[in-house]
Amino acid sequence: MINPDSVGRTFDGADLVTVTQSEIDAFAAVIGESDTSVAPPTFSIRISLSQYESILTKPEIGVDWTRLVHGDQKFEIFRPIVSGDVFKCSATIETLRTVAGNEIISVRSDLHNGAELVVSSWSTLVVRG
Amino acid sequence: MINVGDAVPTKVFYLDRDLLKAYADASGDQNPIHQSEEFAISVGLPNVIAHGMLTMALVGKFVTDWAGGSANVKEFSARFIKPVIVPAREKVDLTVTATVVEIEGELIRLDLTATSAGVKVLGMAKACVHAANL
Repeated sequence: MINPDSVGRTFDGADLVTVTQSEIDAFAAVIGESDTSVAPPTFSIRISLSQYESILTKPEIGVDWTRLVHGDQKFEIFRPIVSGDVFKCSATIETLRTVAGNEIISVRSDLHNGAELVVSSWSTLVVRG
Repeated sequence: MINVGDAVPTKVFYLDRDLLKAYADASGDQNPIHQSEEFAISVGLPNVIAHGMLTMALVGKFVTDWAGGSANVKEFSARFIKPVIVPAREKVDLTVTATVVEIEGELIRLDLTATSAGVKVLGMAKACVHAANL
């Protein structure tokens, strides 16, 4: 069970994440994108999902990552990500509900480069009961 | 000139196990349901399935191509309603279309449709792009 006291709380990622050109190149290559001067629009999921995993699986929150299914995803991109961006990442648990034995968690990720908010994204994650 | 109701030409992407492995490495999502048939079946799936975010990344490429580059994509959202099933040694389709649903200044909103093997795999798929160069 996910700890209901975690709803409404924001958790900061432990480390700053630096985006490299080789990461953008690899992500772009998979989808056949030849312009790698900026990251493809869904690139930030690479950062957000790993942050979610480290934050949400903490014992005080209690998500079982092996039972996780991705329900939906939304991005708001204030400017494209580029190589050299250094992101401070935060994850906010917005809602938690239980439907048919599955726990459904809505979480927002904000990626800041210094004071600049670059990408906000929202993920609905389903922990299958 | 772009008008509300315009259709964006259909594009077909093809997915296979090699692409899933490449996406796993590029995204860091090494969940075995996207690589191991034995594991996928053990958790009740019919076969290996594509990462939902790989599907969304490919639809994102469709949007990016139409919008004239990744930098023009401002919002992008989708619900994962059915998995894209990727059997061994096969290429499966991801067929993407879109319709212009709203124009406000230089922002254009698209409703997107994505199917694989005739099954709709994304729901509520939408994008907002900046149209300065369109």
